Order: sequence, then C-alpha cells, then structure tokens
Amino acid sequence: MSQITPEVIAQHGIKPDEYKLILEIMGREPNLTELGIFSVMWSEHCSYKSSKKWLKTLPTKAPWVICGPGENAGIIDIGDDHAIVFKMESHNHPSFIEPYQGAATGVGGILRDVFTMGARPIANMNALRFGDPSNPKTRHLVAGVVAGIGGYGNCVGVPTVGGETNFHKSYNGNILVNAMTVGLADKNNIFYSAAAGVGNPVVYFGSKTGRDGIHGATMASAEFDEKSEEKRPTVQVGDPFTEKLLIEACLELMATDVIVAIQDMGAAGLTSSSFEMASKGGLGVELDLDQVPMREQGMTAYEIMLSESQERMLMILKPGKEAEAKAIMDKWELDFAVIGTLTDTGRMVLKRHGQIVADLPIDPLAQASPEYDRPWVAPAKQPVIPAEQVEAVDPVAALKTLLGCPDLASKRWIYQQYDHMVMGDTVQRPGGDAAVVRIHGTQKAVAITTDCTPRYCQADPHEGGRQAVAEAYRNISATGAVPLAVTDNLNFGNPEKHEIMGQIVEAIKGMGEACRELDFPVVSGNVSLYNETQGTAIQPTPAIGAVGLLDDVNKHMTVAFKAGGNHIVLLGETKGWLGASLYLREVCGREEGAPPPVALHRERRKGELVRQLIQDGQVLACHDVSDGGLLVAVAEMAMPGSIGATIDAPASVPLHAWCFGEDQGRYLLEVGQDDLVAVLEAAQEHDCVARVIGKTGGDSISVGGASVPVAELRDINEAWMPNFMGAEMSGH
Amino acid sequence: MKAAVIVFPGSNCDRDVAVALEASLGSKPLMVWHRDTQLPEVDLVVVPGGFSYGDYLRCGAMAAHSPIMREVKARADAGTRVLGICNGFQIITEAGLLPGVLMRNAQLKFICKDVYLRVENDRNDFCRYYRTGDVVRFPIAHAEGNYFVDPKTYREMEDNGQIAFRYCGADGTVAPEFNPNGSLGNVAGVYNEKKTVLGLMPHPERLAEDLLGGADGKLMFDSLVEALS
Repeated sequence: MSQITPEVIAQHGIKPDEYKLILEIMGREPNLTELGIFSVMWSEHCSYKSSKKWLKTLPTKAPWVICGPGENAGIIDIGDDHAIVFKMESHNHPSFIEPYQGAATGVGGILRDVFTMGARPIANMNALRFGDPSNPKTRHLVAGVVAGIGGYGNCVGVPTVGGETNFHKSYNGNILVNAMTVGLADKNNIFYSAAAGVGNPVVYFGSKTGRDGIHGATMASAEFDEKSEEKRPTVQVGDPFTEKLLIEACLELMATDVIVAIQDMGAAGLTSSSFEMASKGGLGVELDLDQVPMREQGMTAYEIMLSESQERMLMILKPGKEAEAKAIMDKWELDFAVIGTLTDTGRMVLKRHGQIVADLPIDPLAQASPEYDRPWVAPAKQPVIPAEQVEAVDPVAALKTLLGCPDLASKRWIYQQYDHMVMGDTVQRPGGDAAVVRIHGTQKAVAITTDCTPRYCQADPHEGGRQAVAEAYRNISATGAVPLAVTDNLNFGNPEKHEIMGQIVEAIKGMGEACRELDFPVVSGNVSLYNETQGTAIQPTPAIGAVGLLDDVNKHMTVAFKAGGNHIVLLGETKGWLGASLYLREVCGREEGAPPPVALHRERRKGELVRQLIQDGQVLACHDVSDGGLLVAVAEMAMPGSIGATIDAPASVPLHAWCFGEDQGRYLLEVGQDDLVAVLEAAQEHDCVARVIGKTGGDSISVGGASVPVAELRDINEAWMPNFMGAEMSGH
Repeated sequence: MKAAVIVFPGSNCDRDVAVALEASLGSKPLMVWHRDTQLPEVDLVVVPGGFSYGDYLRCGAMAAHSPIMREVKARADAGTRVLGICNGFQIITEAGLLPGVLMRNAQLKFICKDVYLRVENDRNDFCRYYRTGDVVRFPIAHAEGNYFVDPKTYREMEDNGQIAFRYCGADGTVAPEFNPNGSLGNVAGVYNEKKTVLGLMPHPERLAEDLLGGADGKLMFDSLVEALS
C-alpha cells in the first residue's frame, strides 16, 4: 500500500493542486523522503511563493550594490575594497514556541548568512514585537527572547548594537523576532553559493546532524492553533560556541584558495542548501547520506535531509583540496566530510545504505518553484482625524504618559543584556537614532538602524511601507551617515486571505516608492507569513534594516543636547497630525485614523541638508522626530545629558497637536549662536522649512507655560521596563 | 616590553586587548594559540575575555586545564606579570593564580554597561598611572562576575593590599547600590600576594580611546609598558 495518503500530504502542508504538480514533475508517486523534500522546498518560508511576484517590483540596483537579493545576504561597496554584507531574517514562529532557543538560533542563522559570503560579522541588531504587556505570556516571552539573543550573540563575540521593541495586543499569539547581521568583507574575496565544476566534491562541515528542527520551515509556514505548543520539537537548539569556531574556521578557510561555492544550512537544512547551490549552478548532485556526520544512529534519509540542526555548512571544493580544507576544520575541532559530488544531470540523487532513496529534478523544487498571484483587496482608507477632534491634554501630563508607555520607555533593560561593545568599534551604542560602528582599523564607520511603525501599517499599509523606509533614511542621516541600502523583513498574516494579501501588496508598493525616490535599494530580505493565531493576524510589520556610511567617524552626530544656551531648530513642517499617533493611542485610548503622509521628494532634500550641516560642523546634536512627536523628541535629546529646554509653541497650531503630532520628515537640531544664521540660510537654499523653536538650558523642559524636570522624565522613562520585568519569577 | 595574548577557542576579546596593547606599546603582542605548549619569553601574559570552550561546565574551568595554562602558571610563579580580564579573570582564578571564585551575577543576568571603579592600590605595575582612591570608568560585560572568597582570606587580602578595584559611585562611594553583580565587598578585581597577577571583571581595553567614550583604561596598558620596558 502507498505511504502517500491524502493525510500524509496534508500533514506536509502540501495543497491538493500542489500534489498534482508534484506527480507531473516526478512522473510517478513520490516516496516519503521525496515528499518531505517537496514540502520544505515549496513551503512559503523557502519558496516565497506568495510574495515573489511582488518582491520583484522592489528596486535592487545602485552603482554601489555588489549583490542584491537572491544570495545569502546583500552586499554593498563602501570604498577602499571594503564591502558590507547584511541581511535581516525572522525567527518568529520558533521564538513563540520556545523563546530562548528560537531567538538564539535566529541570531545564529543570520550570522551564518553573512559570514558564509566571506564577511566577518561586525554588528547585530534586532527588531522585536511582543504582545500586550498585560498578556500573561508577554513577560515570559520577553525574558526568553532577550536572554536567547544575548546568550548567542554575546558568546560569538559580535556586538548587538541596537534595534527596536514594540508591544501590541495583535502580537499576543505571534511575536516577531527579526534579527539582522552586518558583516565586513574584502570586496575582492566574496563567496557565492552557485555550484560549479562537474565532479567537484560536495563537503559538509560544522556540527553533526541530529533529529532537531525537522520541519521547522513547514511549521513557520502555517498559522498557530491551540496545539502549537506541541510543535516544540520542531524548534532547533543553538550552540554559539560552535558558531564562533565556525566563523573563525570559515574565514581562515576563505583566506586560502580552495572554495568554489559555499552556503550555510539554514531553514530546511541540507535539503535547501544542496538544492539551491545546484539550481543556481545549473548542475546535479549525488549525495551519499551515510557520510553525513550524525549525532545519533539510525537516522533515516528523511530525517537527515529535513533536520535543521544548527551550525552546519555546505561547500563545493576545488578538486584535490580536501586535505587542505580538512586541516583547518581539524584545528577548530569541527566535523568535516565529503558527502557527494556534482553531476551534470540536473537531478538530486540521494543514497542511504547503498540504495537510491530519492531521485528528484532540481530546478522545479528550487528556482522554478511555484509562484502564486494570490487575490488581494486594498485595505479601506481610514479617515483623517483633525486635531480639534482629539482631546487636548496638558502637555506635561501627556509627555509623562508617553515617555512611560511601553513603546517609548527606555529599553536599557534589554540592551544591557547584550554585549554591545565587544570588537572595540562601537562608536554609538544602543539608545540613539542609529548605531555607529567603526570599520576596524580605519576612520570610516557604518550607521545601522531598524525601523517600522506597525500602527501606521495597520491603518494604511501603503503609507506605512513608505514611512518605514523614510524613517530608516532619517535615522541614518541624523548620525551624519549617507544612507546606502536596506534589507527588509516582511511580517504579515495569512496571505490566502485577500485582506492580508492586500496589506502585503500595498506595503511592498509603498516601500518600493520610497526606496526608488531615496536611492535606497533593497539588497536582501526575508518574508514571514502566517503570523496568525486562531484567525487573528498581527499588525502588518514590514521591518526595514538600513545601513549608511560615514567617511569620517569623528564627525558622527548624536542625539544628546551638548550645552545650555544653544538654539533648537526644527526642520520640516508641523501641522499637528494626530491620526494613528502614539498620543491618540496612549493618551486618548484611540487606535484610529489615517497615518501621517510622507513627502518623499522633500525627505531626500532634508536628508541631504542634515548631512551637510553635520559634515560642516554646524550642528551640535541631531534627532529625527518620530513616535510621540516633537516634545518627545526634545525630551529624548534632553535626558542623556540632563540638559533642559525652553520651547516656544506657535499659536497657529493647537498646542497638543503641535507637541505630539507625528508629521513626517522632521529633524531637531541643536545649533550654537554663531552657526544659526548659516544653518537657517542653508535650509532655505535646500527649500526646507526651518524655524527656531526654543533654547537649550536649565534642568527642566518648559512649554506652553508648564514645566517638568528632566530628571523626573528620565525616571519615568527608565522605570517602565524594569518594573514590568521585575515581576518576572525566574530566568529562562 | 614583550606581551603575549592567549587565545582559546571561544575567546572573543583577544583582538580588542591586542589593539589596546599595541596602542600603548607601539608594536603588536604575540597571539598564542591554546594548543601551544611553549610560551615565548615575554614580560606580560594577557588572558582575554570571551567564552572559552563556550563556558560550558563552568566559566573558565576547561580553559584552566588546557596545556598552555600550565605554562602560564609556571611563568606567573616565576614572576611574569599576568593580566586576566573578564573570562580571563575566571580562567586564572580557576587555575589557582588568584584566590576566590566568580559566581553567577546576583540578578542572574548578563550585564553590559559602564561602571565606576575605585582604585584600591596603585603600588604595582598595573596601576602606577592611577592613584589610590582615583575613580575610573570601565565597562563590564559578564554573567558570572560575582566574586566570593572566604572571610579569613578576604581579610588577609585586604590587609595585604590585594584588592585592586571596587565598584563605586561617580564620587568614589563604595555602596551596595553600585554593586552590579553581588560581588563580596564590591570587589571588581584582585591581585595575587606579590601583585604580579591581576584579575578583573571590567574591561580596561574597551575604554582605551576617546572615540569609544573614554580612555581611563588606556592608563593600565601605559602603566604596564612603562613598568616592564
């Protein structure tokens, strides 16, 4: 009797029409191993089958782009033969089921994507979304995820330099853990994954293969239900010590001339790595699975191919270089095995105990995997909410509420658990607009940020997509760095629902517009769909990770006020947009309204102006105005150096809307008396609205006749997170 | 001065400390791989931070029994200066070069931040550019820095000037609220009896350059270069 019953097919997440296609491709019924391979290769996680059509519309090219999407990570040129390799990737589903290991292996996976291309990882970031703080699971998930990210990143010795954390009830059943790694490579020594050279050895190295993580990719391609806890065995277990050895061994190996192609074994393990390498090279592969280093006896071909054991790599060696490569792996005490050879058949042939156990064509499973044009509907537009229809709360009281709300409260409790200084090049630590990391041994630096405002994306995914990119552009510019490229991590619900697919389509369109207008190409990314539990989806969260370049690290700019008696200059227009704002949500308890629109053409001019002013030394501090609006931004500049400010609000806009409106495209600058005229003139030349809104000094923030000590604001801002987590009963 | 930095599998502050040493010394220190059984003739051995052997079993426990550590111990006994930072402090303590143990932080979490330290003894080769009572700022980054030693030994160490640094406030006040990890007597670093071996949890090499936020740590390396050249 056939093993392949409709139940078995369904368990593998394969739809009936997809199975029909499998029968066509195979010309026969697949065996269980073959079916398992189809299921992971065609999973949403590996194949991008719902999003591919739309991802292709994103701009991916610029003169400084060395490698765009499709490889393990994106690569940009930063001059002097230096290349920056970076990518962001999700580990959402496993982190909800097992937060420590889920988050830890998320960090491990993204690190491998970067060093597999020949780069030494120099910085990690993470963008986290958790459920409502009052949800009983939230605290446990925060504790586990943070400990997992720290446990892995700290041990491998790569600094975790920043990120963002939001809380919202839509993430109660599906948290988001998006991890980003930035690496530094020699532009002339980059490694790609396309296999080449019939007869060349296929080599496995790193950790042994065990029975963990089998079907992780399939699990990450389905909604959660009440039985999701039972999926714990699909979560992988990380070993950061082995990863550290793997980094050093890989980089040492890459300094020799033995590698043809290399790829890490990530989601879908040996299956996806071998299929992708062969598919890109237009070749076939024959693997003898008996040669795969295994942790336990009696593993079947199915288990070996679908295991997601961590810290493993696959490479194609030049002929006759096996001994040279093995010597390096021996030094680092890592497993090394020749497990197969490249063929010219275009087929994957797997042997176990001397028998052929699977024989599949490669292309239909990899590059030519299914692509869907899923039906979608554009989400309904939300009404614009005029300021007059929003309750006016005393600005000091509202400021206190906002600085103490979960999204704006200091995340010191989180980043103090991450080693953010190892490697000795962290120039701007977590807490600013973007992290600044020096290129080792040079005067150059990269600025790195992650951004997304999910409540805007919920209200209007198109505008939210534009805003996420624009905010990343601003955060990079505010350090003085030139924004170069982005990686995207698209987190959405079930794409089979037309409304959700509409969110995906609109967000990608919005992102694409912003990336094109700002010359900010997408060079890598990852899609995580089915972030739904029992039919409830997360807020659409297209997280953007961005990198920019500072030619002179000594000119990097920070957010902190430097001294009293200086002018505070606001760049950009303030109309007092309160729709979808934090003020509306946190102070008035309303989640509604259209989000603030982004004027992309002005965005670019303002970014150029800010960078020029920083370059010319005419700015003492710079901060982009984002969540919470103008007064929150002033407080964020005041708190680090305990320097207050007196703010003069104009009469033309209602005070609460002026203080807390989230109009886009704004920066705050601290400018000394001697530079003020020049700054205002430069703004005029760039056709940017600029106006002095107050002065630094004192130990309080004063606005509209009210005043509050900076120290009190800092206490409020610092208190929330430790208080919330203080109720945690134990560690992970 | 000639210096060597010991590199274990899992060390990750080896490059950082080499950079700081080179800045003070003008030349690169030797990097010595853990499997080497021969240690070159040097004036200073640095055991750097990181997660040697993954810190599996117990922090520093496995590294303490590696072949190279037998050599380091022999040199230390002969008077060669040894500096253990963070995981390096844990390793040389496990190896018996210093009294006491380093336990899990009291709040059970890894913690990475700048701390203030009071210099407790400047009469040695590590701290000759500081003055006893000075307050310096170094970063910490550890999960197991909770120093403990039995009361009798602790008294002897205090009497013998073996306490190197204590966690304190910006004004030098040593009080429980400035203790980041539950360490006995706010101890952040200790010497051996002869003050030729120093182990400390904070990282002087991480604040040895103004661009990174401060240079208090540089004085330790300058001090060693001055004393041992």
